[in-house]
This record gives sequence, structure tokens and C-alpha cells, in this order.
Amino acid sequence: MRIVLDENKCSSLGMCESVAPDFFEVGDDGALKLLNPTPPGGRRALMEEAVAACPTSALSIEE
Amino acid sequence: MSEGPVVVVGASLAGLRAVESARKTGYAGRLLLVGAEEHLPYDRPPLSKAFLDPGEDPAVPHHRTEEELRALDVELRLGVPATSLDTDAREIVLGGDEQLRYDRLVIATGARARQLPGEQLDGVHTLRTVEDARSIRRALDGGCRMVVVGGGFIGSEVASAARKRDVDVTILEAAPLPLVRAVGEQMAAACADLHARNGTELRCGVSVTGLEGEDCVEGVALSDGSILPADLVVVGIGADPVTDWLTDSGLQVEDGVVCDETLRAAPEVYAAGDVARWHNPLFGRMMRLEHWTSAAEQGAAAARNALAPAEATPYSTVPYFWSDWYSDKLQMVGITAADEVTVIGDLDDTRWLALYRQEDLLVGALALNMPGKIMKYRAMIGRGSAWQDALAFAGR
Repeated sequence: MRIVLDENKCSSLGMCESVAPDFFEVGDDGALKLLNPTPPGGRRALMEEAVAACPTSALSIEE
Repeated sequence: MSEGPVVVVGASLAGLRAVESARKTGYAGRLLLVGAEEHLPYDRPPLSKAFLDPGEDPAVPHHRTEEELRALDVELRLGVPATSLDTDAREIVLGGDEQLRYDRLVIATGARARQLPGEQLDGVHTLRTVEDARSIRRALDGGCRMVVVGGGFIGSEVASAARKRDVDVTILEAAPLPLVRAVGEQMAAACADLHARNGTELRCGVSVTGLEGEDCVEGVALSDGSILPADLVVVGIGADPVTDWLTDSGLQVEDGVVCDETLRAAPEVYAAGDVARWHNPLFGRMMRLEHWTSAAEQGAAAARNALAPAEATPYSTVPYFWSDWYSDKLQMVGITAADEVTVIGDLDDTRWLALYRQEDLLVGALALNMPGKIMKYRAMIGRGSAWQDALAFAGR
């Protein structure tokens, strides 16, 4: 599984970081950093939660 | 597992997340989504932000297409308000005459923008629906003299949109300072200052006594006796939970549907989103939030708990909202009932952070243009972090 970020949609609201701080971090410049773009399969539920938490639908999961 | 039907009343974010969550839990029975508006569920935060930007008329910011909802096997009943609820018969009434039985019910009817008293004139708008936003867009496109009634978040965002188009705008606030309930007294002044920095006049301590004009608004009459000329008036004086249809339901309604910590209002009845007042265990108090994140999460949690009440889990959250003013981003996490507020940085600067202390705990944080920090404080509040640790993290 791979996490895909649409930078045009991301507005640095940080909900993904709030859900999964080991995988997402908003930097001081406002840019979202994917700390691990290919999470292990066992973290799927958490990744789905992070994707759903994004108010601007900027995240998606690719297989 | 319920045989169904599961009925979700309210087709905005909380209602949408409720039907999606019902399917995710494995519920395969009949599932209905009822909405008073004719639209598919759409996103409201953009309506007072990007939706008002100059340029082509934007599309309705739908969360899902009709095909996506059909794929979940959701029966859509849009454009029909629920008009009553009978919890003994487990039945709701739609549009005054159509009875609909439920096995589980999720109430997500949201909130309705407060209006000014008196007759409505053309050119006077609240901002809650996409129709409201379109009307305001059209007025801004035509150029206008604009007055915003209420210095809250909606009013401030609409004023920001107007300034982007070089429309002159005055914000009227009845209280001595706007946003005191949202950010606390100390920080309200710092937020209000952003208006002056961006050329918006903010007049506090003045209330509206009436609107001038025959059919279209021509001015706003003020408590100091003056009249402010206006051909666009946006009223942002708060919202009330939509509970009028629950009057005879037997549910406890007090500024929202009163729920326990699992969002349960009565047997088989749960509530979510702006309409729900629930016990937030994290802060040990009743809360009703009008925030995107809690609406989404409560919708999902309410449906999950409704379908498996024996395994129901409490919904707790650190409240979070954001607001875009001019080119600035305000973000608030936690609560503002504080013994002390400490500012990190200079309030005259373009970025600052305020931390809220209650006893020896960090309970809130408000940031201007510091998106990289705010979620770290949200996590600390969620963990019950000590005030000293928060100060240390902030470099104090």
C-alpha cells in the first residue's frame, strides 16, 4: 500500500498527523511530510482513518 | 446485528459518515439517508472560503457522487425534512405525512443559521447552504457596499472574501469583543486585530436595531442611532441546532439532543454533529460542537454504536477548528475555559501561539500561521499533558 498526497488539495490542517503522527507531519512551513509513504499492511485501518480524517480529501491509498 | 432499517436523518457530513460507517461495520440491511436539502451531501467549510473567490461559479463541493452512494446501497431521500419522531413506535414522519419505521436511528440534522428578527429583505443573507453562498457570490460579483453582522468565524471569513475583491466591508459586533466564547477574552483582541491589518472596519459594542429599505436592503440601523448604507448584508450571528421536529419525541433537548458519552439519546436513537450535545469524557463535560472533524467522527461513531449498543464505545475528542482570514490561518484545539493564557511570540507578528492552562494542565492552544505546531499540542491535550511540559515544548 502506498499513501498518495495531492499537494494541491492539502491545506495543512493536520488531521492526518493527529490520527497517525508516525506517518504524517505538518512542517513549520505548512508542507505535509509523509514520514513513511509505504506503510506496512498491518497499519491499513489506521491509514484509512487518516485518509478519512482529511477535511480536503488530499490523501488516498494506492495498492 | 440489526435487521434494519437503519435511518439517518440529516444528509450533511455527519449523516454521510454515519451511512458509510454502518456499511463498514458489516450492516447489510436497509439503509436510508434523509436530508432536508435537495443536494447530495456537500462540504460546508469551503462555502465561506474558496467558494466566494472571484472567477467562474464553482460547482457544489459534493463529498460523494450519487453513484458512490448507490454503490453503498443507500436509499437517498433528499429534499424532504423529517417533521416528527415517535420513539415508542420507532417511527419518523417525513414531510409531514410519510411515516417511516426504523430499527436504529441516527439524528444528524445539524444547525440552522440564526436570522435577524423582522421581515427579510433582498440582499440580506445568512451563510449555511450552497444557495446562501451563491447569493453572496453574486452580490460580491456585482460590487457592493457590504455589512457583516456578527464578528464570529463566518462573518470574518466572508469579510476576508470581500477584501480579496477590494469590496469595502464593515463588521458589526454587539459584544465589546468578537469571538470571546470561541477563543477566550485575551486572544479575542488579537484575532480582532487581524481585521484592522487587512482594511476591514470592525465596530464592537453596537447592535442592529433594524434594516432600511423597501424590498432590497439599503442600510443597517444601529443602536447608536446611525445608519450604515449597505446593499449586501451577511448575518453571521450563530446557529441553532435543528431540533424543532423533536418536540414531541420524548428525547431530552437542551441546546441540542442530549446524549451520553456513546452519543446515545434513547434506546436505538443516537445523534451526531452540530445537533448533538454529548458528554465528552476527555474533559468530563457536556459539549455541542459545530466543527468539521467532530461531525465526521461522531457520525461514524454514532452509527457504529447504534448497530452494536452492547459494545458501544465512548466518543471523546479534543475539539479542533480552523478558520481562514485574509491570508492567515487560525487553528484552535482544546477548550478556552482557562486559568491562564500564555502567548508564545509577539501578537503584532504574523505568527503566534497561545497556550491555555487549567490548573496544572494544558487544555487549549490557538495558533496563527503555525500549522506545524498545533497538532502536537492537540496530542498533548489528548494525553493530559502537564502545563510545564507544554511550556517546555514551546521553548519556555
